[in-house]
Amino acid sequence: MTSRPDTGSSKTETTPVIPHEKVERASVEAVNKAENRSLYAAQKKIHPKRASGTFRTIKWWVMIVTLGIYYFSPWIRWERAPGIPDQAILVDIANSRFYFFAIEIWPQEVYYITGLLILAAIGLFLVTSTLGRIWCGYTCPQTVWIDLFLVVERFFEGDRNARLKLDKAPLSLSKIAKRTAKHATWLLISILTGGAWVFYMNDAPTLMHQLLAFDAPLTTYFWIMILTSTTYLLGGFAREQVCIYMCPWPRIQGVMMDEDTLSVMYRHDRGEPRAPHKKGDTWQGRGDCIDCHQCIVVCPMGIDIRDGMQLECIQCSLCIDACDEVMEKVGRPKGLIAYDSLANFERRAEGKPEKIQIVRPRSLLYTMIMIIVGGAILWGLMHRDNLEVNILRDRNPLFVQLSSGDIRNGYTVKILNKTHQIRKFTLSVSGLKHYRMQVEGIQESTPDGLPIIEVNRDRIRSVKVYISVPRSELSSHSMDIIFTAKDLDGTSVSDNKTTFKGPAK
Amino acid sequence: MSTEPEYDEITKTYTTGHEWDGIKELNTPLPRWWLWVLYATIIWSIGYWILMPAWPMLSGHTKGYLGYSQRDTVNAELQAAQNDRKVFSEKLLNADLKTIENTQDLLEFAMAGGKAAFGDNCAGCHGSGAAGAKGYPNLNDDDWLWGGTLDEIHHTITVGIRGTHDDTRLSDMPAFLSDEILDKGQIRDMATYVRSLSDKTIAAPTGTAELFQENCAACHGENAKGSRDFGAPNLTDGIWLYGSDPETLITTISYSRKGVMPTWAGRLDPATIKSLAVFVHTLGGGE
Repeated sequence: MTSRPDTGSSKTETTPVIPHEKVERASVEAVNKAENRSLYAAQKKIHPKRASGTFRTIKWWVMIVTLGIYYFSPWIRWERAPGIPDQAILVDIANSRFYFFAIEIWPQEVYYITGLLILAAIGLFLVTSTLGRIWCGYTCPQTVWIDLFLVVERFFEGDRNARLKLDKAPLSLSKIAKRTAKHATWLLISILTGGAWVFYMNDAPTLMHQLLAFDAPLTTYFWIMILTSTTYLLGGFAREQVCIYMCPWPRIQGVMMDEDTLSVMYRHDRGEPRAPHKKGDTWQGRGDCIDCHQCIVVCPMGIDIRDGMQLECIQCSLCIDACDEVMEKVGRPKGLIAYDSLANFERRAEGKPEKIQIVRPRSLLYTMIMIIVGGAILWGLMHRDNLEVNILRDRNPLFVQLSSGDIRNGYTVKILNKTHQIRKFTLSVSGLKHYRMQVEGIQESTPDGLPIIEVNRDRIRSVKVYISVPRSELSSHSMDIIFTAKDLDGTSVSDNKTTFKGPAK
Repeated sequence: MSTEPEYDEITKTYTTGHEWDGIKELNTPLPRWWLWVLYATIIWSIGYWILMPAWPMLSGHTKGYLGYSQRDTVNAELQAAQNDRKVFSEKLLNADLKTIENTQDLLEFAMAGGKAAFGDNCAGCHGSGAAGAKGYPNLNDDDWLWGGTLDEIHHTITVGIRGTHDDTRLSDMPAFLSDEILDKGQIRDMATYVRSLSDKTIAAPTGTAELFQENCAACHGENAKGSRDFGAPNLTDGIWLYGSDPETLITTISYSRKGVMPTWAGRLDPATIKSLAVFVHTLGGGE
């Protein structure tokens, strides 16, 4: 550790200089002297006051909608077919299927999930570059659950001033009662949060009965326990620490913001110089900020928006509501704190009109990527084939010579029946003449000799197929052939290229 | 690169004095709970030492209060897997081979088990793809010394070839040179004759057909198509266990070949042998 620069006070005490006679000297150090500062900062308890106004109302609705989606969507039913889950949204891990209303995704189609993740990421980029930290301020689970936990806290312990008082008050029966009620409700919410999570992976009504009868799988209780404790700890205690110290997003998003990005900002050009203001005083020669600190008391992060853009600010816009209320009371126009861009500060300074520039190369590019990826997903889903065939050629041995001199190749043919009906497929090969096909374990065949393979609904069937041809039919040591699987009723056909290997000519 | 700490006006914080290419580091205090997390991990590790195997000693290691062992866990899981498989293994034991091959779930179980057992026990000689090698038959083709039906394959695996079983498959071709049945010239002619059976471009030397009927037809048959009763190979097809070039054929006739496959009864359990029979039968050449 290198020494801090000396502020001078201690030096004057030790340096033997003859003091001026009339100057009084004291042996005292600054309380926040660099050497005395702790290496570790204690978390300062933040007691945000309840705000009210446009943005608070928007945030209530966002909270109701997002929490509603999270807690209730596993309970939506969606009829599929007998034997197939009827839960609208289900991550069926045991059978490796993902259901989302009419969409059903197999593990082979995980690229849809990749596409969704790309959409989510680019969508986040787009919103961040145009509207700032909308995600952080309105929809991030951490923000929403803190809001919910604050509602509970406020219900039992009162608003900011009452809570500050309660914190300082000596231990009493009523204090214990309030605290117990608060923590009990928090824990209940946490358990419900953890409980809702597991419903996405299981049939919700069935699991609910199992959970209540205490005979659900152990992993379910394990997951509920994990999510209960994270919800309780992060929502009740860690709160803003998560955003400041744990979350990488505040650090990443700096690169997406530019001078035209809308952010919650204190218009210092209008507010400064700030000073308290009495009724009847003039507004001439001063700023509109009356230094009432209302923006700080409503802030869930406990910061001062007037310090400018900072990592800690999640841009929840509650300070806009608080400031607008004050401006109305003192008779000044609203919007001292507002969504604004850095470019507008410059425009105002130069006497130009303000402008909100949403359409920029950056936002156009993000929108374009989203349209392309979204279009690709949509196209894929609309043209999703309910028959897929995978051909695995035997590599060991590459080919077998039979006693008749014929050459035989072996293939593993996997037929994926993605419909909810049992289907029968014929298998044929083109590109070879006079071939013989033998499918292990299949006896049924069409009148013209094609094997008929039955595949159960929503299942994969893997069959071993042997193709043999007379050596004279081989024109090269590796011939391109095509396996064709065809639904018996002719509705779907799948052509699959592979090769037929033989000895070098 | 270290310089004197500077005061940063914007954050009201000193820098650490570290600087990299003009980037300076603010001396921001760590959140205190971070320290608690560190202490918590230390306490956790002490608890871990007490409960779990942790410290290496001169011989062995500390076992821990819970006595946890990954080896025990693996054994328990293997046992559990074996118990799970038991249902199928028993079905496999009771079902006859044809039924196994015609029942989809039994077939898949037998194939999976057979493939694993083949890799462990058979691949050493027959190769991992069962394509064989010189002296070790290719099991993918349709040429069988002792028969290619499910039952015949099952029997061959059970008793072995020249193995230790009482009923083991046994064929005993004479060593025509060392047993002094034929002389070198006759053997060379006979090799040419045998090659001419499958390769029409080779002319059989005069008198060799009679020589073949006298010495070989008893086992290989008058038409040289072999006999599965004696394990005598078909000499008219294109498949050769040891090779069809003159040198190899002369060696085979002169000194005979006595390849060995172990008796697997007693080494492998009956269910595994059944799985192996099904696996080999479905390699493509099964009859």
